[in-house]
Amino acid sequence: MTENVLEIDGVSKSFGGNKANDGISMTLARGEIVALLGENGAGKTTLMSILFGHYTPDEGRIRVAGADLPPGRPRAAIHAGIGMVHQHFSLAPNLTVLENVMTGTEKLWSLRSESGRARAKLKALAERFGLVVDPDARLGDLSVGEQQRVEILKALYNDARILILDEPTAVLTNLEAETLFSTLKEMARQGLSLIFISHKLDEVMAAADRVVVLRGGKVVAERRAAETSKAELAELMVGHRVARPVREAHERGAPVLEAASVSVRIDGVDRLKEVSFRLHAGEVLGIIGVSGNGQAALASLLSGTLVRSAGDILLYGEAIGDFSVADTVASGIGRIPEDRTREGAIGEMAVWENAVLERIDEPRFSRRGLVDRRAAIAFAETIVRDFDVRGGGARTRTRLLSGGNMQKLILGRNLAERPRILIAAQPARGLDEGAVAAVHARILEARKAGTAVLLISEDLDEVIGLADRIQAIVGGRLSPPVSADDVDARALGLMMAGAWKKEAA
Amino acid sequence: MSIVLDIIASSGLWAAVLRIATPLIFGTLGALLCERAGVLNLGIEGIMTFGAMVGWLAVYHGADLWTGLLVAALAGAVFGLLHASLTVTLGLSQHVSGLGVTLFASSLSYYLFRLIVPLSGSPPTIEPFAPVNVPLLADLPFIGAVLSAQTPPTYLALLLALLLAYVVFRTPLGLAIRMTGENPHAAEAQGVNPMAVRYGAVIVGSALMAVGGGFLTLSAFNSFFPTMIQGRGWICIALVVFASWRPGRALFGALLFAFFDAFQLRLQTAVDGVPYQVFLMTPYILSIVALCVMARRARVPQALMQPYRRGER
Amino acid sequence: MRFERREHRPLALIVLTPLLAVAAALALSGLLIAAAGAPVLEAYWRILVGAFGSRLSATETLTRATPLMLTGLAAAVAFRARVWNIGGEGQFYFGAIATAAVGSQLLAGAPGYLSIPLLLLSGAVAGMVLLIVPLWLRLRFSVDEVVTSLLLNFVAVLVVSMLIDGPLKDPLAFGWPQSQSVADAAMLPKLVARSRLHWGFAIALVLAFVVHFVQSRTVFGLKSRAAGLSPEGAVFAGVPLARTLFLVACLSGGLAGLAGAVEVLGVKGYVTTDLSPGFGYSGIVVAMLAGLHPLGVVLAALFTATMFVGADGMSRALKIPSYIADVTVALSLITMLVAVFFAQYRIRR
Repeated sequence: MTENVLEIDGVSKSFGGNKANDGISMTLARGEIVALLGENGAGKTTLMSILFGHYTPDEGRIRVAGADLPPGRPRAAIHAGIGMVHQHFSLAPNLTVLENVMTGTEKLWSLRSESGRARAKLKALAERFGLVVDPDARLGDLSVGEQQRVEILKALYNDARILILDEPTAVLTNLEAETLFSTLKEMARQGLSLIFISHKLDEVMAAADRVVVLRGGKVVAERRAAETSKAELAELMVGHRVARPVREAHERGAPVLEAASVSVRIDGVDRLKEVSFRLHAGEVLGIIGVSGNGQAALASLLSGTLVRSAGDILLYGEAIGDFSVADTVASGIGRIPEDRTREGAIGEMAVWENAVLERIDEPRFSRRGLVDRRAAIAFAETIVRDFDVRGGGARTRTRLLSGGNMQKLILGRNLAERPRILIAAQPARGLDEGAVAAVHARILEARKAGTAVLLISEDLDEVIGLADRIQAIVGGRLSPPVSADDVDARALGLMMAGAWKKEAA
Repeated sequence: MSIVLDIIASSGLWAAVLRIATPLIFGTLGALLCERAGVLNLGIEGIMTFGAMVGWLAVYHGADLWTGLLVAALAGAVFGLLHASLTVTLGLSQHVSGLGVTLFASSLSYYLFRLIVPLSGSPPTIEPFAPVNVPLLADLPFIGAVLSAQTPPTYLALLLALLLAYVVFRTPLGLAIRMTGENPHAAEAQGVNPMAVRYGAVIVGSALMAVGGGFLTLSAFNSFFPTMIQGRGWICIALVVFASWRPGRALFGALLFAFFDAFQLRLQTAVDGVPYQVFLMTPYILSIVALCVMARRARVPQALMQPYRRGER
Repeated sequence: MRFERREHRPLALIVLTPLLAVAAALALSGLLIAAAGAPVLEAYWRILVGAFGSRLSATETLTRATPLMLTGLAAAVAFRARVWNIGGEGQFYFGAIATAAVGSQLLAGAPGYLSIPLLLLSGAVAGMVLLIVPLWLRLRFSVDEVVTSLLLNFVAVLVVSMLIDGPLKDPLAFGWPQSQSVADAAMLPKLVARSRLHWGFAIALVLAFVVHFVQSRTVFGLKSRAAGLSPEGAVFAGVPLARTLFLVACLSGGLAGLAGAVEVLGVKGYVTTDLSPGFGYSGIVVAMLAGLHPLGVVLAALFTATMFVGADGMSRALKIPSYIADVTVALSLITMLVAVFFAQYRIRR
């Protein structure tokens, strides 16, 4: 291999008592694509943030083209030719593409922006790498894929020689991802060096020259992509895997929740378009899709926080009108929201308050407007015990719980009431492997007990593992259902790209 | 109807419009600069009060008028530094911090003023800015009469609006400020220091607010008295929303507002039977109406009122 | 340098926070007193004596604390639900003028047991009305209620000025703009004879406990806290956001309006445009100093009243402008903000 453009040498970083990075060393050569593989919490993002100067490492150093990179200074990283494409784009929706790209590229005190020159440079870059985008478009009006192009162009515009991409495919359809990887390969061919962070084995095998595997903040292995296999990488990444629970076949019951051509319109935009599905007791219906395709509207509609603009909903076989949160809770619908810290629980409130808030008007928790604290705390204590919520008791402030334990609390307050229907939106997102297994086991348990589960997820493995039937959501429309036993990841990928529409037409 | 036309046709009205608008232009531009960087500065009412007091005091003690405005600007910058320390470094609620700055700055103005200028029968006065005749412009019909009634700070305010519009939309600094107000994380990722930008914007913006206050005691009137700001600062905050955070529209908004104000003052003397308080209320009610009309339409800086902490998302 | 959230806040820290904040504010104003060439410690001693040195001054301080407790409670209940009611001053005046209007026009001949409750109620309702406007504008047009409630303060004072200059003008006030007085029977009885201290103080004290009870024990208290802490979380849990905030606004505006009513019925009997030396604005400081706790409001109001009443005497004796009280109170708001921050965060490296 040719000379190393980047050397990371013994980098460590702790947050509180937790070692996010522990003596990490790795190299990157010119024209090379390295995949940084690891699970959530393995330390990938911390390492890249150190590299880019967002964090200062506790120990270790970084050399770019043989010269030491001063720690903790994004400007120095940019100057050294490091460009970063964040998973959550660092872009301003209200500014134009050109403005987003130009920020920080000129002397701050120049009397005039050289926007003409910038436009020309952007155009040349876009043509060279095939990243077409209108420089004067308002960024917020672009699609997610286009916004990612802007992120990449931004790095290239700063003359980046080393490009770091954090989970670049998380928000893309399969088709967009394929385009992205061919762009990345073209960049490497032209002499750029790339690191991309991922936990998806397929894309690592397809796109990387070399794979560095991170686990628990340490480098556990390094392999040439040509000399390894998915199976080996999976084992390296996970270590000894906590067994995820397996779905057992059993008979499903009668339909309990049906939607017929339901549409939702918010501020003049159709979030859901003529969506239909039929959810049976004792089954898990998986809704897969790339983020931002209407999942949020679907979950909110069924959770009672949105009303539909057209279509019919049948609950337990009877047509219902607009239903509120109180109606859903009262009619035995359990709800796990997508964002547990925003919607699922209120961090500054006690665990017991979060446990009973949605049921506070029930006579067992309040009488004549007065809260029955004793009953509420007892209810919360039951949840804490039965659902193994650790890190605090009923009176602890909820913010102090870890993500997994907060999710157990939310799951617990729903399942303790033996719901007939469970709406679960991204129930395992961002949790560590142990917590994921616990959440999945609870969902399958509920299914066994006859609960109808609607599982909205972006994680294909999760849906394949849990769901009996699967529908894809694309642009606010739902595909017809397929049986989980009849499809593989590739077929699901096509569904998520909207392939069924062509068949229907 | 003819009363209305008479009022509008008088050059006196338009001269008053420019005079009334001047402190609002300074204040609105100052508030706009802070908000473009993502910091709501409710300290404005107190900062204008302090600017009015300290500028006047400097001139009363022998400084020339321009030095008086400069002193006001510097004092405003100090209060801006206080607000920035509380909201940018500590990330405290911009609402509450701003109110604290307003209460502190205005009470300190009254305290210092009383301490240095003991109570007397008639308030002491200074010789304020005199109107200037700009050659050529003064010879124009009607417009000449309007402009020849204006003092130099009014011209400064008009130029400042143009300058700020240029800086915000045409320079790298302006882009850095806007990016900081929209997404400080993105600004940081591109090598702009959002903390420094916010400090700078709040300090300079507060200095402008104080100059607006200084105009009142050094040009519009010739003495200082407590409560003379009369909610002008809050009106400026409303004007920023009305202007959709654009300096050009802020100038227009301040002039429009001043037109209504000057108009109602003249209507007041021309119309009998309506209590004068009804006229005095109109500026405040207009501001509220303007807020309601524009609040939904305007593109609010996305990071306004969001504290920024490095490495925290 | 970085700030890190403390996981646990020791009780001592919570209690010490406001004390440290007040001490810091007093130290800073001490610099201003020293700059004026006056002895700092003597100045503070004179403030204390001026506020509590005699039966008269002590009752005067409690009289002054009464409206502050109510406007402080008004701000505290609103802020806790993240309703930024900065319009306490206007609501105070609305409450005052409504009381004077109803008391002098409709209930002039009614006995006290009938008129007093009705007049207090009319004051509270008037305050509510003035806060419901900005809240409605926020819910309907997403207009920040901070600016609208502030602007309405000026409108409210002008409305009062218009009324006492017009329909409610007292013809016997030698041409001064002053409202007609409520009947003597409608005045709140004195709490201490030969002083200005009236039953309004007891009312305010009881209300502080009532508000505390409502916030800590009732369903409404739980829901309004949820609505304030996280609107999304509250909506997801089925808390009707608009209705809850509406009730919070009624409570907050009502308390501020009541402050105006109590001041009219307890002290003056009529309304002028200088009835309030900024009770509404000081109420915000009182609420913040109290950490938004209703019982803390009582203590914070006493501190603020002490400064204002005591500063008058000190001012005459030492030739220091009495505005020093306003400065100290404003400074204590800022120092309290900083103190609360450091009670919640620690500095890392």
